[in-house]
Amino acid sequence: MSDTLVDYDEVLTRYEPVIGLETHVELGTASKMFCGCSTTFGAEPNTQTCPVCLGLPGSLPAANAAAIESTIRIGLALGCRIATWARFSRKNYFYPDIPKGFQTTQYDEPLCTAGHLDVEVDGETYRVEVERVHLEEDTGKNLHVGGSTGRIHGADHSLIDYNRAGIPLVEIVTRPIPGAGAKAPEVAKAYVTELREILVALGVSEVRMEQGNLRCDVNTSLAPIGSLEWGTRTETKNVNSLRSVERAVRFEMRRQAALLDEGQRIFQETRHFHEDTGSTSPGRSKEEATDYRYFPEPDLVPVAPDEEWVASLLAELPELPAARRTRLSDEWGISPTEMAWLVNAGAVELVSETVAAGASPGDARKWWLGDLARRANDAGTELGELAVTPQQVAELIGLISAGTINDQLARQALDGVLAGEGRPAQVVEARGLAVMGESDELVAAVEAAIEGNPDVADKVRGGKLQAIGALVGAVMKTTRGKADAATVKRMLEERLVGD
Amino acid sequence: MTADITASSAADLSSALQSGELSSVDVTQAYLDRIAETDATIGAYLHVDAEAALAAAGAVDAARATGEELGPLAGVPLALKDVVVTEGVPTTSGSKILQGWRPPYDATLAARLKAAGTVLLGKTNMDEFAMGSSTENSAYQVTRNPWDTDRIPGGSSGGSSAAVAGGLAPWSIGTDTGGSIRQPAAVTGLVGHKPTYGSVSRYGLIAFSSSLDQAGPMTRTVLDAALLHEAIAGHDPLDSTSIDSPVPVLADAARRGAEGDLSGLKVGVVTELGGEGHADGYDAGVLARFAETVALLESLGAEVRQVSCPAFDLALPAYYLIAPSEASSNLARFDGVRYGVRVGDDGSRDLDEVMALTREQGFGPEVKRRIILGTYALSAGYYDAYYGQAQKVRTLITRDFTTAWDDVDVLVSPTSPTVAWSIGARVDDPIAMYAADLCTLPASLAGVPAISVPCGLSEGLPVGFQVMAPALADDRCYRVAAALEAAQDAARGHTFLAGMENTPS
Repeated sequence: MSDTLVDYDEVLTRYEPVIGLETHVELGTASKMFCGCSTTFGAEPNTQTCPVCLGLPGSLPAANAAAIESTIRIGLALGCRIATWARFSRKNYFYPDIPKGFQTTQYDEPLCTAGHLDVEVDGETYRVEVERVHLEEDTGKNLHVGGSTGRIHGADHSLIDYNRAGIPLVEIVTRPIPGAGAKAPEVAKAYVTELREILVALGVSEVRMEQGNLRCDVNTSLAPIGSLEWGTRTETKNVNSLRSVERAVRFEMRRQAALLDEGQRIFQETRHFHEDTGSTSPGRSKEEATDYRYFPEPDLVPVAPDEEWVASLLAELPELPAARRTRLSDEWGISPTEMAWLVNAGAVELVSETVAAGASPGDARKWWLGDLARRANDAGTELGELAVTPQQVAELIGLISAGTINDQLARQALDGVLAGEGRPAQVVEARGLAVMGESDELVAAVEAAIEGNPDVADKVRGGKLQAIGALVGAVMKTTRGKADAATVKRMLEERLVGD
Repeated sequence: MTADITASSAADLSSALQSGELSSVDVTQAYLDRIAETDATIGAYLHVDAEAALAAAGAVDAARATGEELGPLAGVPLALKDVVVTEGVPTTSGSKILQGWRPPYDATLAARLKAAGTVLLGKTNMDEFAMGSSTENSAYQVTRNPWDTDRIPGGSSGGSSAAVAGGLAPWSIGTDTGGSIRQPAAVTGLVGHKPTYGSVSRYGLIAFSSSLDQAGPMTRTVLDAALLHEAIAGHDPLDSTSIDSPVPVLADAARRGAEGDLSGLKVGVVTELGGEGHADGYDAGVLARFAETVALLESLGAEVRQVSCPAFDLALPAYYLIAPSEASSNLARFDGVRYGVRVGDDGSRDLDEVMALTREQGFGPEVKRRIILGTYALSAGYYDAYYGQAQKVRTLITRDFTTAWDDVDVLVSPTSPTVAWSIGARVDDPIAMYAADLCTLPASLAGVPAISVPCGLSEGLPVGFQVMAPALADDRCYRVAAALEAAQDAARGHTFLAGMENTPS
């Protein structure tokens, strides 16, 4: 069954969206939240487990101090108030991926509250209020085998990997964000993008969305324009890329508008986002959700961050992305709008690293925002996930500057790099992509072009200089783009125009 | 010699082992023989591995023979309540749901006792998940009181109490959530101490109520209790509620106390625990022994006064909200997915049905009763009225203790309102069963240490005397208990347990 959707622009003629985001970040600590197990991604299932993270009878948690520190640093970077006294709570529910029958999380006494993050969309700044930043443990991973959907219903059996169980997870919850109007999807994306940059700057997580280090739940509601009350929200779970954040909000706005137009009500429910179609489908209804019976975790003592320590953490925060962007704009001599393009493309750090590897800011921007952005878009992936490093891009730019290759050859070299054929210089070598000098081969190609196109050659001789393009094209074709067009043109002119 | 061995204090066995008078194999074999003779009647043990015990004993003897430096506990056998997780040794917590589970790790206290060279005789019976006061809630078997085998041995550490009282172990470890060390010790004529909350690691104790659970010694003498307590105490980074302070000096306190001088000690008799206007439900014989023992304290130089702790009247209802609430969450992990019993997984049922069926068949009625109680008390809309309110009562009880410590050094009361009752007498009346914990609950809720020491007989059955002290002042419990023990032993000319008639065989 496919949903009826209202045209996006039309949605905004009748409804005002309110969005909200809950972001889960797996911290990059060496050990898990409540035990000493390793957190390395991709290990054989159930090899990074112990009595504690398996929830064996008798085992007890001991909180990871590094995870608490990371959480407080995130809170500080978001301008939060840091609690002087915080507690862990138990969230009780049955599911095989939570080994204890409850998740240890924070409930009414989180580590950080009342922060904010300013994001920019099309030159306008939106303030996103952060309600809380708290620390919890991740669950294990279920793999439902058999059945067509990968869901538990219809599966023959299920496998559980507890390697992920107990990895420290920070949850960052925004307050509802009204007032973004048509820009709501972009604001949602910009918020997650900016948050991710902050997490990178803090060095607290690998923030690899494809590995699930960063997972977003996106809340969306619509209310008729002018209404004093907000609408009922849906919560779209596990939106796992920056693009998807935007698409999920957009889809939900269009879907909800269609229902509201028909006079139907929106159910407060959890929905799943589908990367392939960009649509959402209903999950568990919140209205029949379990009572989690939260209560303070008696196995853990309260956390009381020392104020002096918190002050020192604040003083030692690294340069945050917003400040960094201002500084880089100055250094690179670009406008805030140009910087915004880089931000939206997720290219600031990539360009910065490319510049650090020796490229000029202009060339670095040109490649990341041009050819590379197009490739990422075609592949439906993030720029940073392309299989090319900033160092390799800088090397490519260096080869162009040195005249070893031209832009067209550079694109072919990039094909090779992305195909895993090695560094740009290696690809150029292996594929024989270097620009041809004034070699015998090139002289032969130029002369062949003249002989093969006597009419055109005559036109050029007769003074119709613009006709030389056809001859250059012929040479480029024979040399399969390896010749330098300017060189070819000069060689043709020497032969046809004389002095 | 065998009869002597199984009636000896652990301290005496330790001396005999160190002097070479006895080998650990001798001692261990004597206990194994006694278990073989009498445990069919007593039912103290859920699991005994004679071969492993003799092997461990042999290893200690061999080490001693090479002149290796061994600790004082090396070679002394021991019984552990089955709530203590032991690597490779079946651990059930008295529940069917854990039948067949062999843990892959040792509880911290089990590891410490192993490192000290003690020899594990076996795992003792208990009320399922430590919920009960008679050990009748065990999913496996009834345990009988060696003083009268028609009577209960107390609970929930009733296997541990019966083993030590009946000569089936020289000493044992129990756990106490609302009185589960002290009450069984009292009704079987043993010394039982619940340490200050946080002073003995809970890592590897199958949790009943995390904010209350505490492991401690159950022994024939006060000195033994102090020695065993010292062996298991001390900070453990694996338990974040474990107190980071030095191991308390307890054996010295017991030895000092045994000298019999309590002059200057200020003792408070708690009115609300069997005192004037609060005697309902207390056996007359229990109150008489208690009064005599208070008089004995005075004769040893203590200053005795009455102390009122009004919030203690609320301890029972508060406890029966807090403990079940925490238990409902602690027992959620028993879902049949990772270990223990799984019921109904025949391909015809979905996950929720298998989990429900496993819990339906794996848990006994008392456990289900408390899970339901606790689940209800934590539910949205009821939390403040029940769990929240109970926590406030807990604060009031703690405050009553704090106020009392301004005036007195220790508080005293009967350990249990009655002597051991007949098996089956209270099984259909959970409220009557819960009332057995009346005197022990306040110290549990406040996290303060409390000891039970024998103080005579009523109807031919043991009566316990409870001494409570401020947090981390466990040494006071031992000092007072040792003074009483010494004075009573001197007066009667033999140890308390030596007075047991009709020793079961």
